[in-house]
Amino acid sequence: MLPHLDAAYNLARWLMRDREAAEDVLQEAMVRALTYFASFKGVNPRAWLLQIVRRTAYGSMSLNRGMETVPIEDDDRTPAAGDDPEAALLRSRECRQVREMIAALPVELRETLVLREFEELSYKEIAEATQTPIGTVMSRLWRARQLLARTAEAEGSP
Amino acid sequence: MSEARRAPTPDCDKVLLVQAELDGELDAAQAAALEAHRAGCAICQAALAELLRARELLRREPYETTPDDVRERVMARLRQAEPPPPPTPVRRWGWVFPSLGGFGLGAACAAALAFLFVLPQRGDLAAQLVAGHIRALQPGHLEDVVSTDQHTVKPWFDGRLDFAPPVRDFAADGFPLKGGRLDYLEGRPVAALVYQHDKHIIDVFVWPQSGVPIHLASNTALQGYNVVHWTGEGMNFWAVSDVERAQLDDFVVLWRKAP
Repeated sequence: MLPHLDAAYNLARWLMRDREAAEDVLQEAMVRALTYFASFKGVNPRAWLLQIVRRTAYGSMSLNRGMETVPIEDDDRTPAAGDDPEAALLRSRECRQVREMIAALPVELRETLVLREFEELSYKEIAEATQTPIGTVMSRLWRARQLLARTAEAEGSP
Repeated sequence: MSEARRAPTPDCDKVLLVQAELDGELDAAQAAALEAHRAGCAICQAALAELLRARELLRREPYETTPDDVRERVMARLRQAEPPPPPTPVRRWGWVFPSLGGFGLGAACAAALAFLFVLPQRGDLAAQLVAGHIRALQPGHLEDVVSTDQHTVKPWFDGRLDFAPPVRDFAADGFPLKGGRLDYLEGRPVAALVYQHDKHIIDVFVWPQSGVPIHLASNTALQGYNVVHWTGEGMNFWAVSDVERAQLDDFVVLWRKAP
């Protein structure tokens, strides 16, 4: 299970948009996964674990399913040594913009996009993790990407 | 889920396939067919530009691995939780399934998408097909089994291929079956059926479909040969010939109409 901890952590983080809430979901999901691992009969443990993370997040009271923008907090990672400070600042601003745009997506679009783009799951795996037909996975991905591209254009993002 | 949240339905039912290609979900035959469509479809070209833009934006967001402190706390919690109780999974899961409401756009697309397998490999398939056709036109290379009888040609493929290609004769319509042979394309053996029309030879290459069913008949011309692609019966079909476009289209219509 632990090989997929990063995937679980990231999905929880993008779903909850709050580090503390994400860690709660992650812990709860990992305990459930451990508990039910004996009954796991599938072939794809990663999709199965992500499915548990998602269910746990959806069951959590603090999952905000609205359209409101609640950006996940900025992390305090410092720029790598030797970076040109101006370029680093610009890059961090670009990152923050992208992060806010993703965080502002409706949850069902956000989870689909994150699983595809950051976890690089196939359509089939996303369908399994989100318990959604493949056709719906494809249309959600399409809308998520379209929203991102159009928001960036409207905001004049570089 | 409010209607307002929906993006407008795209105006071409192939845009989700453009996206599937970008995501590496189409096999080579489907990608080649899609490319032929996209070359003449402004909507699909705009869609591709938008998808690439989104991808470029997303590439800026760095992947974050689990911080060490979070990992340690998870491990500590897991050690506490052991040993696991005997599994009684069914009852407890009931409540966790939220209903997601009816999303689903482009009925034409969504309905067609039943099975997906990743086949990221690409190649210039049309060129390979024409090369295979020209190679076969060399004396003595055209057919491995020479017969105008579909009931002789079809069993000949048994044991030589891991699928059973449909074999049909259209002698009554001016396209008599001449025989069949094995060819090798995209890293797999395929069936090649040989037909004659007047002095011209038509090759039909057949192999099973492996990805999104893509209902697209596409036409290309390459080195003076016409190439037509279509799908059906779970198979990819490619017809290659130097007959005129209109005649090759007639032939394809016969194929598609046949049971």
